[in-house]
Amino acid sequence: MNVAIVDYGAGNVASVKRAVEVLGATAWLAHMPEELVSADLTIVPGVGHFQLPADRLNDGWRQAIRAHLKRRRPLLGICLGMQWLFDASDEAPDSAGLGLIAGRCSRLPGHVKVPHVGWNTLEDRPAGSRLLAGLSPAASMYFCHTYAAPLGPDVVATTSHGYRFAAALERGLVFGVQFHPEKSGTAGLKVLANVLAAVRTESNDAR
Amino acid sequence: MLAKRIIACLDVRDGHVVKGVKFAGLREVGDPAALASGYAEAGIDEIVVLDVTATFESRTALIATIERVARTIFVPLTVGGGVRSVDDAARIIDAGADKISVNSAALRDPSLITRLADRFGRQAVVVAIDARRRGDLKVDAQINGRSYDVLSRSGTTVERSDAVAWSQEAEARGAGEILLTSMDRDGTKRGFDCDLTAAVCAAVGLPVIASGGGGTPEDFAAVLTTGRADAALAASIFHRGEISVSALKRYLADRGLPMRLESGVSC
Repeated sequence: MNVAIVDYGAGNVASVKRAVEVLGATAWLAHMPEELVSADLTIVPGVGHFQLPADRLNDGWRQAIRAHLKRRRPLLGICLGMQWLFDASDEAPDSAGLGLIAGRCSRLPGHVKVPHVGWNTLEDRPAGSRLLAGLSPAASMYFCHTYAAPLGPDVVATTSHGYRFAAALERGLVFGVQFHPEKSGTAGLKVLANVLAAVRTESNDAR
Repeated sequence: MLAKRIIACLDVRDGHVVKGVKFAGLREVGDPAALASGYAEAGIDEIVVLDVTATFESRTALIATIERVARTIFVPLTVGGGVRSVDDAARIIDAGADKISVNSAALRDPSLITRLADRFGRQAVVVAIDARRRGDLKVDAQINGRSYDVLSRSGTTVERSDAVAWSQEAEARGAGEILLTSMDRDGTKRGFDCDLTAAVCAAVGLPVIASGGGGTPEDFAAVLTTGRADAALAASIFHRGEISVSALKRYLADRGLPMRLESGVSC
Protein backbone atom coordinates (compact mmCIF):
# COMPACT_ATOMS: atom_id res chain seq x y z
CA MET A 1 0.00 0.00 0.00
CA ASN A 2 1.24 3.46 -0.96
CA VAL A 3 0.82 6.32 1.48
CA ALA A 4 1.53 9.94 0.55
CA ILE A 5 2.23 12.24 3.50
CA VAL A 6 1.77 15.85 2.48
CA ASP A 7 4.87 17.74 3.63
CA TYR A 8 4.15 21.45 3.77
CA GLY A 9 6.68 22.27 6.49
CA ALA A 10 4.44 21.80 9.52
CA GLY A 11 6.27 19.87 12.19
CA ASN A 12 7.53 16.37 12.64
CA VAL A 13 6.34 14.43 9.60
CA ALA A 14 9.10 11.82 9.90
CA SER A 15 7.27 10.20 12.81
CA VAL A 16 4.05 9.86 10.81
CA LYS A 17 6.00 8.23 8.00
CA ARG A 18 7.74 5.81 10.32
CA ALA A 19 4.53 4.79 12.10
CA VAL A 20 2.85 4.00 8.79
CA GLU A 21 5.92 2.06 7.65
CA VAL A 22 5.99 0.04 10.87
CA LEU A 23 2.43 -1.02 9.97
CA GLY A 24 3.66 -2.39 6.64
CA ALA A 25 2.83 0.40 4.20
CA THR A 26 5.17 2.19 1.82
CA ALA A 27 5.18 5.89 2.63
CA TRP A 28 6.78 9.00 1.21
CA LEU A 29 6.75 12.70 1.94
CA ALA A 30 4.89 14.40 -0.91
CA HIS A 31 6.16 17.85 -1.90
CA MET A 32 4.15 18.19 -5.14
CA PRO A 33 0.40 17.71 -5.70
CA GLU A 34 1.16 15.36 -8.62
CA GLU A 35 2.63 12.87 -6.16
CA LEU A 36 -0.85 11.98 -4.86
CA VAL A 37 -1.76 10.25 -8.12
CA SER A 38 -0.12 6.98 -7.06
CA ALA A 39 -1.29 7.13 -3.41
CA ASP A 40 -3.76 4.68 -1.92
CA LEU A 41 -3.98 6.91 1.15
CA THR A 42 -3.12 10.58 1.57
CA ILE A 43 -2.26 11.92 5.01
CA VAL A 44 -2.30 15.63 5.81
CA PRO A 45 -0.34 15.92 9.08
CA GLY A 46 0.82 19.06 10.80
CA VAL A 47 1.18 21.12 13.92
CA GLY A 48 1.32 24.88 14.04
CA HIS A 49 -0.76 27.76 12.73
CA PHE A 50 -3.84 27.36 10.50
CA GLN A 51 -2.31 29.96 8.18
CA LEU A 52 0.39 27.45 7.22
CA PRO A 53 -1.78 24.89 5.36
CA ALA A 54 -4.11 27.67 4.22
CA ASP A 55 -1.17 29.35 2.46
CA ARG A 56 0.98 26.43 1.39
CA LEU A 57 -1.69 23.95 0.35
CA ASN A 58 -2.80 26.00 -2.62
CA ASP A 59 -5.36 25.26 -5.34
CA GLY A 60 -3.07 22.66 -6.92
CA TRP A 61 -3.02 20.68 -3.67
CA ARG A 62 -6.73 21.14 -3.10
CA GLN A 63 -7.56 19.85 -6.57
CA ALA A 64 -5.17 16.91 -6.14
CA ILE A 65 -6.78 15.92 -2.84
CA ARG A 66 -10.28 16.19 -4.30
CA ALA A 67 -9.19 14.09 -7.29
CA HIS A 68 -7.69 11.54 -4.87
CA LEU A 69 -11.08 11.25 -3.11
CA LYS A 70 -12.83 10.95 -6.50
CA ARG A 71 -10.60 7.95 -7.24
CA ARG A 72 -12.14 6.46 -4.04
CA ARG A 73 -8.87 6.83 -2.12
CA PRO A 74 -9.12 7.70 1.60
CA LEU A 75 -7.76 10.85 3.23
CA LEU A 76 -6.55 11.24 6.84
CA GLY A 77 -6.02 14.61 8.50
CA ILE A 78 -3.95 14.69 11.71
CA CYS A 79 -4.10 17.56 14.25
CA LEU A 80 -3.76 20.78 12.23
CA GLY A 81 -4.30 18.63 9.15
CA MET A 82 -7.72 17.63 10.49
CA GLN A 83 -8.65 21.23 11.31
CA TRP A 84 -7.74 22.20 7.75
CA LEU A 85 -10.43 19.76 6.48
CA PHE A 86 -13.03 22.14 7.94
CA ASP A 87 -14.30 25.34 6.34
CA ALA A 88 -12.25 27.73 8.45
CA SER A 89 -10.62 28.50 11.78
CA ASP A 90 -10.67 31.51 14.08
CA GLU A 91 -6.88 31.15 14.15
CA ALA A 92 -6.69 32.62 10.64
CA PRO A 93 -10.15 34.11 10.05
CA ASP A 94 -9.48 35.28 6.51
CA SER A 95 -8.14 31.95 5.25
CA ALA A 96 -10.14 29.05 3.92
CA GLY A 97 -9.78 25.42 4.88
CA LEU A 98 -10.44 22.58 2.46
CA GLY A 99 -14.15 22.61 3.31
CA LEU A 100 -14.74 18.85 3.27
CA ILE A 101 -16.29 19.02 6.74
CA ALA A 102 -18.69 21.81 7.63
CA GLY A 103 -17.80 24.05 10.53
CA ARG A 104 -15.26 26.43 11.98
CA CYS A 105 -12.44 25.66 14.42
CA SER A 106 -12.12 27.87 17.49
CA ARG A 107 -9.69 28.51 20.34
CA LEU A 108 -9.86 26.42 23.49
CA PRO A 109 -11.26 28.51 26.36
CA GLY A 110 -9.15 30.65 28.65
CA HIS A 111 -10.04 29.00 31.94
CA VAL A 112 -8.01 25.85 31.21
CA LYS A 113 -4.33 25.48 30.45
CA VAL A 114 -3.72 26.09 26.75
CA PRO A 115 -2.17 24.56 24.69
CA HIS A 116 -3.92 21.31 25.53
CA VAL A 117 -0.83 19.13 25.86
CA GLY A 118 -0.83 15.52 26.97
CA TRP A 119 -2.77 12.29 27.02
CA ASN A 120 -6.53 12.49 27.10
CA THR A 121 -9.40 10.05 26.77
CA LEU A 122 -11.94 9.63 23.96
CA GLU A 123 -15.64 9.88 24.80
CA ASP A 124 -18.97 9.64 22.95
CA ARG A 125 -17.79 6.85 20.69
CA PRO A 126 -20.59 5.46 18.53
CA ALA A 127 -20.53 1.74 17.75
CA GLY A 128 -19.38 0.90 14.25
CA SER A 129 -16.64 3.49 13.89
CA ARG A 130 -14.03 2.21 11.45
CA LEU A 131 -11.40 4.57 12.81
CA LEU A 132 -11.67 3.49 16.45
CA ALA A 133 -12.62 -0.17 16.00
CA GLY A 134 -11.06 -2.49 18.56
CA LEU A 135 -9.84 0.36 20.75
CA SER A 136 -10.26 0.02 24.51
CA PRO A 137 -12.84 2.38 26.06
CA ALA A 138 -10.04 3.60 28.34
CA ALA A 139 -7.64 4.36 25.49
CA SER A 140 -5.79 7.67 25.77
CA MET A 141 -4.28 9.65 22.93
CA TYR A 142 -1.61 12.35 22.83
CA PHE A 143 -2.94 15.84 22.06
CA CYS A 144 -0.97 19.03 21.43
CA HIS A 145 -3.09 21.93 20.18
CA THR A 146 -4.57 25.36 20.93
CA TYR A 147 -7.53 25.41 18.54
CA ALA A 148 -10.14 22.69 18.22
CA ALA A 149 -12.78 21.47 15.77
CA PRO A 150 -16.52 21.67 16.45
CA LEU A 151 -18.86 18.80 17.17
CA GLY A 152 -21.04 17.58 14.32
CA PRO A 153 -22.62 14.57 12.63
CA ASP A 154 -19.27 13.13 11.43
CA VAL A 155 -17.64 13.07 14.87
CA VAL A 156 -16.84 9.58 16.19
CA ALA A 157 -15.06 10.65 19.39
CA THR A 158 -15.01 13.76 21.53
CA THR A 159 -12.53 14.96 24.10
CA SER A 160 -13.05 17.59 26.74
CA HIS A 161 -10.60 20.31 27.69
CA GLY A 162 -12.47 23.43 28.72
CA TYR A 163 -15.18 22.39 26.32
CA ARG A 164 -15.97 19.30 24.30
CA PHE A 165 -14.47 19.19 20.84
CA ALA A 166 -14.10 16.77 17.94
CA ALA A 167 -11.29 14.30 18.66
CA ALA A 168 -11.96 12.04 15.68
CA LEU A 169 -14.24 12.13 12.68
CA GLU A 170 -15.07 10.05 9.67
CA ARG A 171 -17.23 10.89 6.68
CA GLY A 172 -17.04 8.40 3.85
CA LEU A 173 -13.43 8.37 2.73
CA VAL A 174 -12.44 11.29 4.91
CA PHE A 175 -10.90 10.59 8.34
CA GLY A 176 -9.61 13.10 10.86
CA VAL A 177 -7.98 12.93 14.27
CA GLN A 178 -7.13 15.86 16.52
CA PHE A 179 -4.67 13.71 18.47
CA HIS A 180 -1.36 12.39 17.16
CA PRO A 181 -1.77 8.66 16.47
CA GLU A 182 1.94 8.45 15.62
CA LYS A 183 2.73 9.67 19.16
CA SER A 184 0.03 7.76 21.04
CA GLY A 185 1.73 4.43 21.63
CA THR A 186 -0.12 1.18 21.00
CA ALA A 187 -3.55 2.84 20.86
CA GLY A 188 -2.40 5.35 18.26
CA LEU A 189 -0.87 2.66 16.07
CA LYS A 190 -4.19 0.81 16.23
CA VAL A 191 -5.98 3.87 14.83
CA LEU A 192 -3.48 4.10 11.97
CA ALA A 193 -3.87 0.36 11.33
CA ASN A 194 -7.65 0.90 11.16
CA VAL A 195 -7.17 3.59 8.53
CA LEU A 196 -4.95 1.25 6.48
CA ALA A 197 -7.64 -1.46 6.83
CA ALA A 198 -10.25 0.97 5.51
CA VAL A 199 -7.98 1.72 2.56
CA ARG A 200 -7.69 -2.01 1.80
CA THR A 201 -11.47 -2.48 2.03
CA GLU A 202 -11.97 0.41 -0.35
CA SER A 203 -9.54 -0.93 -2.95
CA ASN A 204 -11.04 -4.46 -2.70
CA ASP A 205 -14.51 -3.01 -3.29
CA ALA A 206 -13.23 -1.18 -6.34
CA ARG A 207 -11.98 -4.41 -7.92
CA MET B 1 -9.77 13.48 31.29
CA LEU B 2 -6.32 14.95 30.73
CA ALA B 3 -3.75 12.70 32.39
CA LYS B 4 -0.78 13.85 34.42
CA ARG B 5 2.39 13.02 32.52
CA ILE B 6 5.49 11.19 33.68
CA ILE B 7 8.49 12.21 31.61
CA ALA B 8 11.91 10.61 31.42
CA CYS B 9 14.83 12.90 30.72
CA LEU B 10 17.92 11.75 28.89
CA ASP B 11 20.82 14.12 29.49
CA VAL B 12 23.02 13.43 26.50
CA ARG B 13 26.69 14.14 25.90
CA ASP B 14 28.40 12.95 22.71
CA GLY B 15 25.74 10.35 22.05
CA HIS B 16 25.66 8.91 25.57
CA VAL B 17 23.23 9.47 28.42
CA VAL B 18 24.97 11.04 31.41
CA LYS B 19 23.80 12.14 34.80
CA GLY B 20 25.32 14.48 37.36
CA VAL B 21 24.27 15.96 40.66
CA LYS B 22 23.35 19.66 40.65
CA PHE B 23 24.50 20.00 37.05
CA ALA B 24 28.06 18.84 37.79
CA GLY B 25 30.09 15.63 37.78
CA LEU B 26 28.57 14.03 34.69
CA ARG B 27 28.79 10.22 34.50
CA GLU B 28 27.79 7.99 31.60
CA VAL B 29 24.75 5.83 32.33
CA GLY B 30 23.69 4.32 29.03
CA ASP B 31 22.61 4.43 25.41
CA PRO B 32 19.83 6.95 24.63
CA ALA B 33 17.86 4.76 22.20
CA ALA B 34 18.03 1.71 24.46
CA LEU B 35 16.88 3.71 27.49
CA ALA B 36 14.11 5.46 25.52
CA SER B 37 12.90 2.13 24.18
CA GLY B 38 12.68 0.65 27.67
CA TYR B 39 10.78 3.67 28.98
CA ALA B 40 8.36 3.58 26.05
CA GLU B 41 7.57 -0.06 26.76
CA ALA B 42 7.07 0.76 30.45
CA GLY B 43 4.46 3.36 29.48
CA ILE B 44 6.40 6.62 29.73
CA ASP B 45 4.28 9.56 28.53
CA GLU B 46 7.06 11.58 26.96
CA ILE B 47 10.82 11.61 26.45
CA VAL B 48 13.04 14.66 26.80
CA VAL B 49 16.54 14.66 25.35
CA LEU B 50 18.82 17.44 26.61
CA ASP B 51 22.23 18.00 25.10
CA VAL B 52 24.13 18.92 28.25
CA THR B 53 27.34 19.94 26.54
CA ALA B 54 25.76 21.72 23.59
CA THR B 55 29.06 22.56 21.98
CA PHE B 56 29.42 23.09 18.26
CA GLU B 57 31.12 19.70 17.93
CA SER B 58 28.28 17.89 19.72
CA ARG B 59 25.61 19.17 17.27
CA THR B 60 26.13 16.43 14.71
CA ALA B 61 26.13 13.76 17.39
CA LEU B 62 22.90 15.21 18.80
CA ILE B 63 21.08 15.01 15.45
CA ALA B 64 22.15 11.37 15.10
CA THR B 65 20.95 10.68 18.66
CA ILE B 66 17.56 12.30 17.99
CA GLU B 67 17.12 10.23 14.85
CA ARG B 68 17.95 7.05 16.75
CA VAL B 69 15.64 7.85 19.66
CA ALA B 70 12.78 9.02 17.40
CA ARG B 71 12.94 5.79 15.42
CA THR B 72 12.53 3.80 18.63
CA ILE B 73 9.50 5.36 20.29
CA PHE B 74 5.86 6.28 19.60
CA VAL B 75 5.50 8.93 22.26
CA PRO B 76 6.31 12.65 22.06
CA LEU B 77 9.96 13.68 22.02
CA THR B 78 11.23 17.03 23.24
CA VAL B 79 14.81 18.09 22.52
CA GLY B 80 16.82 20.91 24.06
CA GLY B 81 20.29 22.09 24.86
CA GLY B 82 22.07 24.75 22.86
CA VAL B 83 19.14 25.67 20.61
CA ARG B 84 20.10 29.19 19.52
CA SER B 85 18.10 29.81 16.37
CA VAL B 86 15.09 28.83 14.31
CA ASP B 87 17.49 26.95 12.03
CA ASP B 88 18.83 24.90 14.97
CA ALA B 89 15.25 24.06 15.90
CA ALA B 90 14.31 23.13 12.33
CA ARG B 91 17.19 20.65 12.13
CA ILE B 92 16.10 19.07 15.42
CA ILE B 93 12.44 18.80 14.34
CA ASP B 94 13.47 17.38 10.96
CA ALA B 95 15.46 14.74 12.86
CA GLY B 96 12.25 13.60 14.57
CA ALA B 97 11.60 15.85 17.58
CA ASP B 98 8.09 17.11 18.29
CA LYS B 99 9.02 19.96 20.58
CA ILE B 100 12.00 22.22 21.12
CA SER B 101 13.23 23.27 24.53
CA VAL B 102 15.08 26.58 24.84
CA ASN B 103 16.86 27.96 27.87
CA SER B 104 20.00 30.13 27.75
CA ALA B 105 19.43 31.48 24.25
CA ALA B 106 15.92 32.60 25.23
CA LEU B 107 17.30 34.39 28.29
CA ARG B 108 19.84 36.22 26.13
CA ASP B 109 17.29 36.99 23.41
CA PRO B 110 13.67 36.44 24.49
CA SER B 111 12.44 37.23 20.97
CA LEU B 112 13.73 33.75 20.03
CA ILE B 113 10.67 32.30 21.80
CA THR B 114 8.35 34.29 19.54
CA ARG B 115 10.28 33.37 16.39
CA LEU B 116 10.13 29.68 17.27
CA ALA B 117 6.40 29.91 18.06
CA ASP B 118 5.72 31.72 14.77
CA ARG B 119 7.61 29.07 12.84
CA PHE B 120 6.56 25.85 14.61
CA GLY B 121 3.47 26.82 16.61
CA ARG B 122 3.54 27.60 20.31
CA GLN B 123 2.74 24.00 21.25
CA ALA B 124 6.17 23.03 19.91
CA VAL B 125 8.03 25.54 22.10
CA VAL B 126 9.07 24.54 25.61
CA VAL B 127 10.87 27.15 27.68
CA ALA B 128 13.16 25.50 30.21
CA ILE B 129 13.78 27.47 33.37
CA ASP B 130 16.56 26.55 35.79
CA ALA B 131 15.61 28.18 39.08
CA ARG B 132 17.55 28.50 42.33
CA ARG B 133 16.15 29.71 45.61
CA ARG B 134 17.74 32.88 47.01
CA GLY B 135 18.36 33.16 50.71
CA ASP B 136 18.26 36.95 50.86
CA LEU B 137 14.55 37.71 50.73
CA LYS B 138 11.96 38.21 53.40
CA VAL B 139 9.57 35.41 54.26
CA ASP B 140 6.55 36.97 52.53
CA ALA B 141 8.44 37.18 49.24
CA GLN B 142 9.34 33.52 49.55
CA ILE B 143 5.72 32.56 50.13
CA ASN B 144 4.81 34.36 46.92
CA GLY B 145 7.40 32.35 45.07
CA ARG B 146 9.30 35.52 44.20
CA SER B 147 12.61 34.37 45.59
CA TYR B 148 14.02 32.28 42.77
CA ASP B 149 16.88 33.31 40.51
CA VAL B 150 16.94 32.07 36.92
CA LEU B 151 20.27 30.71 35.76
CA SER B 152 21.59 30.00 32.32
CA ARG B 153 24.36 27.95 30.78
CA SER B 154 23.72 24.85 32.84
CA GLY B 155 23.46 26.81 36.02
CA THR B 156 26.57 28.96 35.97
CA THR B 157 25.22 32.48 35.41
CA VAL B 158 22.34 34.29 37.12
CA GLU B 159 20.26 35.86 34.33
CA ARG B 160 17.03 36.94 36.03
CA SER B 161 16.07 37.54 39.64
CA ASP B 162 12.52 36.18 39.46
CA ALA B 163 11.63 32.81 37.97
CA VAL B 164 7.89 33.54 38.21
CA ALA B 165 8.23 36.79 36.24
CA TRP B 166 10.38 35.04 33.63
CA SER B 167 7.81 32.27 33.21
CA GLN B 168 5.14 34.92 32.61
CA GLU B 169 7.32 36.68 30.06
CA ALA B 170 7.97 33.35 28.34
CA GLU B 171 4.22 32.75 28.12
CA ALA B 172 3.59 36.24 26.73
CA ARG B 173 6.30 35.71 24.12
CA GLY B 174 4.83 32.44 22.85
CA ALA B 175 5.95 29.53 25.01
CA GLY B 176 3.69 26.48 24.92
CA GLU B 177 5.02 24.77 28.04
CA ILE B 178 7.36 25.51 30.92
CA LEU B 179 9.97 22.94 31.97
CA LEU B 180 10.81 24.10 35.46
CA THR B 181 13.91 22.70 37.16
CA SER B 182 14.80 23.34 40.77
CA MET B 183 18.58 23.56 40.82
CA ASP B 184 18.55 23.19 44.59
CA ARG B 185 16.85 19.81 44.30
CA ASP B 186 18.28 18.48 41.03
CA GLY B 187 19.90 15.10 41.63
CA THR B 188 19.33 15.22 45.41
CA LYS B 189 16.25 12.95 45.64
CA ARG B 190 14.91 15.27 48.37
CA GLY B 191 11.64 15.82 46.56
CA PHE B 192 10.50 18.36 43.98
CA ASP B 193 10.33 22.02 45.01
CA CYS B 194 6.55 22.22 45.36
CA ASP B 195 6.61 25.90 46.40
CA LEU B 196 8.44 26.92 43.24
CA THR B 197 6.25 24.74 41.04
CA ALA B 198 2.97 25.95 42.58
CA ALA B 199 4.08 29.58 42.26
CA VAL B 200 4.81 29.21 38.54
CA CYS B 201 1.64 27.15 37.94
CA ALA B 202 -0.43 29.90 39.57
CA ALA B 203 1.25 32.59 37.46
CA VAL B 204 0.90 31.11 33.96
CA GLY B 205 -1.86 29.47 31.92
CA LEU B 206 0.54 26.97 30.35
CA PRO B 207 1.27 23.35 31.24
CA VAL B 208 4.19 23.16 33.67
CA ILE B 209 6.61 20.24 33.87
CA ALA B 210 8.26 19.95 37.29
CA SER B 211 11.84 18.73 37.39
CA GLY B 212 14.56 18.20 39.94
CA GLY B 213 14.52 16.21 43.16
CA GLY B 214 12.03 13.41 42.54
CA GLY B 215 13.23 10.47 44.63
CA THR B 216 10.14 8.56 45.72
CA PRO B 217 6.61 7.96 44.39
CA GLU B 218 5.39 10.24 47.20
CA ASP B 219 7.49 13.07 45.77
CA PHE B 220 5.76 12.71 42.40
CA ALA B 221 2.32 12.64 44.06
CA ALA B 222 3.18 15.80 45.99
CA VAL B 223 4.32 17.85 43.02
CA LEU B 224 1.33 16.75 40.92
CA THR B 225 -1.12 17.72 43.69
CA THR B 226 0.13 20.45 46.04
CA GLY B 227 2.73 21.53 43.48
CA ARG B 228 -0.06 21.74 40.86
CA ALA B 229 2.27 20.46 38.12
CA ASP B 230 0.85 19.01 34.91
CA ALA B 231 3.80 16.69 34.46
CA ALA B 232 6.79 15.49 36.44
CA LEU B 233 10.19 14.73 34.98
CA ALA B 234 13.04 12.66 36.32
CA ALA B 235 16.22 11.09 35.05
CA SER B 236 18.60 9.19 37.29
CA ILE B 237 16.02 7.43 39.44
CA PHE B 238 14.57 5.94 36.26
CA HIS B 239 17.97 5.21 34.68
CA ARG B 240 19.16 3.40 37.80
CA GLY B 241 15.89 1.52 38.14
CA GLU B 242 15.21 2.96 41.59
CA ILE B 243 11.66 3.68 40.49
CA SER B 244 9.91 1.79 37.69
CA VAL B 245 7.85 3.99 35.39
CA SER B 246 4.95 1.55 35.26
CA ALA B 247 4.85 1.04 39.04
CA LEU B 248 5.06 4.80 39.59
CA LYS B 249 2.12 5.47 37.29
CA ARG B 250 0.09 2.72 38.94
CA TYR B 251 0.89 4.21 42.36
CA LEU B 252 -0.23 7.68 41.25
CA ALA B 253 -3.44 6.29 39.72
CA ASP B 254 -4.17 4.49 42.99
CA ARG B 255 -3.79 7.85 44.72
CA GLY B 256 -6.58 9.20 42.52
CA LEU B 257 -4.47 11.07 39.98
CA PRO B 258 -5.54 10.81 36.31
CA MET B 259 -2.86 8.66 34.64
CA ARG B 260 -2.52 6.82 31.35
CA LEU B 261 -2.02 3.18 32.28
CA GLU B 262 -1.72 1.39 28.95
CA SER B 263 1.44 -0.54 28.32
CA GLY B 264 3.70 1.00 25.77
CA VAL B 265 5.40 -0.02 22.58
CA SER B 266 8.75 0.55 20.93
CA CYS B 267 10.72 -0.65 17.93
